[in-house]
Amino acid sequence: MASILLMHGFPIMKLPMPLLLRVAPAALALALCPLPLGAQPAAPAPTLDQRVSALEAYVTNGDPGHALTGVPGPGHNAWMMTSSALVLFMTLPGLALFYGGLVRRKNVLSVLAQCLGITGLVTILWWAVGYSLVFGTGFGSKFFGGSEYFFLRGVTSAPNTNYAFWVSQNVFAMYQLMFAIITPALIVGAIAERMKFSAILLFVTLWMLVVYFPLAHMVWGATGLMNGVWNADAPIRAIDFAGGTVVHMSSGWSALILAMLLGPRLGFGKEKMAPHSMVLCMVGTGMLWVGWYGFNAGSAVAADSIAANAFTTTTIATAVAAFTWGMIEKVLRGQPSILGFCSGAVAGLVVITPATGFVDTTGAVIIGVLAAAVPYFFVTKVKARFGYDDALDTFGVHAVGGTLGAFLTGVLATGTVNGNLTSGAAATNGLAALVTKGGLWHEQLKAIAITLLLSVIATAVLGVIVKALIGLRPAPEVERQGLDLAEHGEEGYIE
Amino acid sequence: MKLIIAIIKPFKLEEAKEALSQLGIQGMTVTEVKGFGRQKGHTEIYRGSEYTVDFLPKVKIEVVVADEIVPKVVAAVVKAAKTGKIGDGKVFVVPLDEAVRIRTDERGEAAL
Repeated sequence: MASILLMHGFPIMKLPMPLLLRVAPAALALALCPLPLGAQPAAPAPTLDQRVSALEAYVTNGDPGHALTGVPGPGHNAWMMTSSALVLFMTLPGLALFYGGLVRRKNVLSVLAQCLGITGLVTILWWAVGYSLVFGTGFGSKFFGGSEYFFLRGVTSAPNTNYAFWVSQNVFAMYQLMFAIITPALIVGAIAERMKFSAILLFVTLWMLVVYFPLAHMVWGATGLMNGVWNADAPIRAIDFAGGTVVHMSSGWSALILAMLLGPRLGFGKEKMAPHSMVLCMVGTGMLWVGWYGFNAGSAVAADSIAANAFTTTTIATAVAAFTWGMIEKVLRGQPSILGFCSGAVAGLVVITPATGFVDTTGAVIIGVLAAAVPYFFVTKVKARFGYDDALDTFGVHAVGGTLGAFLTGVLATGTVNGNLTSGAAATNGLAALVTKGGLWHEQLKAIAITLLLSVIATAVLGVIVKALIGLRPAPEVERQGLDLAEHGEEGYIE
Repeated sequence: MKLIIAIIKPFKLEEAKEALSQLGIQGMTVTEVKGFGRQKGHTEIYRGSEYTVDFLPKVKIEVVVADEIVPKVVAAVVKAAKTGKIGDGKVFVVPLDEAVRIRTDERGEAAL
């Protein structure tokens, strides 16, 4: 500010300090205001007190009040841009390599193509209608947001204070886009090696509109049915920090239904279908873990103490789960496997996802141990017992893990790490009482049920529709030869 | 002339090559193959799905030699490749009709 005054020739060095401080705001307003001298500026300049409060609000992630409105806070915005890149990194190439390494050589490119194709497709959907349907409020509905942000109209660098005081709305929209991308990408794990590329794109388009957009609005939209933390009128006071229901339950349960609709891979149970590269799988796992910091800690939509807590619980739960899965294998099978450590890490990440900003480190350890034990049981015993071909264990890890995490969040959430659980909207709609006195798990069960039913029923219907329209499976010869050559005209590895 | 085909354990390749070299044999063809005889495979488990892998990696050496040195060559390869444990491999001797050096059109033993 002194430099602005100097530019205009004010001899500031000769002014006494108290006078300078009283004159400066008006001088600043004049310097910035393009009106001719004598005309009134649009609004009274904020007082010094208001300006200091606004700066304090930047640090504490609070409402800036009358000053600094409409501008993002640099630190928070930077963290969210970074987080957005980290979550995209989870899909490209984290998930792509994690899944890619687990399929047979002849299908590796099909997995990569599915991740790339879904990224582009979902981005277009998100721009056109998705962001608005999830985070708008124009419809006044608990199930759909609104149309006010269609084609990202009105989504600028100014914050949308329904969701963040200090993060640009366009950055927030991009951040949430990355969640919208990875959710359907997870589904491809269950149907790997046997679903046509065109059928996947058509199914994902319909699934986003019928399942993801409504579900994300219900859980995270300002007028959402199950947004316990931020919607004072929410009938269901459920909480989901980074997407245990929205991302993992929805994709996991949908994946199971789609896998059953498709039927098993040709030769399933008889032919060897081992991973073609555990190296790629592990590389992908590391990328998923690192990227997940953006997924979990970024869901604080601020660089604040809640994000710091989420960062910590994510680390602890994941590491504990990875180690536990490896040790379970050592005890039950005699050898800890790479796939075991990787699966444990991913399971830990999945289960901590809904809880990460709501539980403390002790809760994270408990979650880590259960995140290994329960999914392990499902991918080894339950899958073998029922014989469904969940090729890459999307159901076993994401559906089971997401459900488990959503439930445990209701048991382990504490207001000591996140004041939003016991104040504001949460105090109005009764969430605060559930957190302090117990019983939150009951609301979580309602959210779990709605998520499960929506995912399962919608996927069954949509799957049947896509099957009737264009068919789901490639021709048997195509499946035998491998999807890469027939669907993409390329080979993963040319000798 | 005879074509000698030796299927041996992969880590024995260097020794076998050395043994052949010491007999004055300067050319050979080596392929990576899979196979099994009496040696059993192993089981791999990926998240509860078990796969028995029957085929084991081996190395196949093919070398064409004059009839007179066939017994020496076979003995040298067997000695170099032997570990005494199951899965050591086999050596086959196959009669050969003709050999031609492509660069010079030499035929018969002159081509070897």
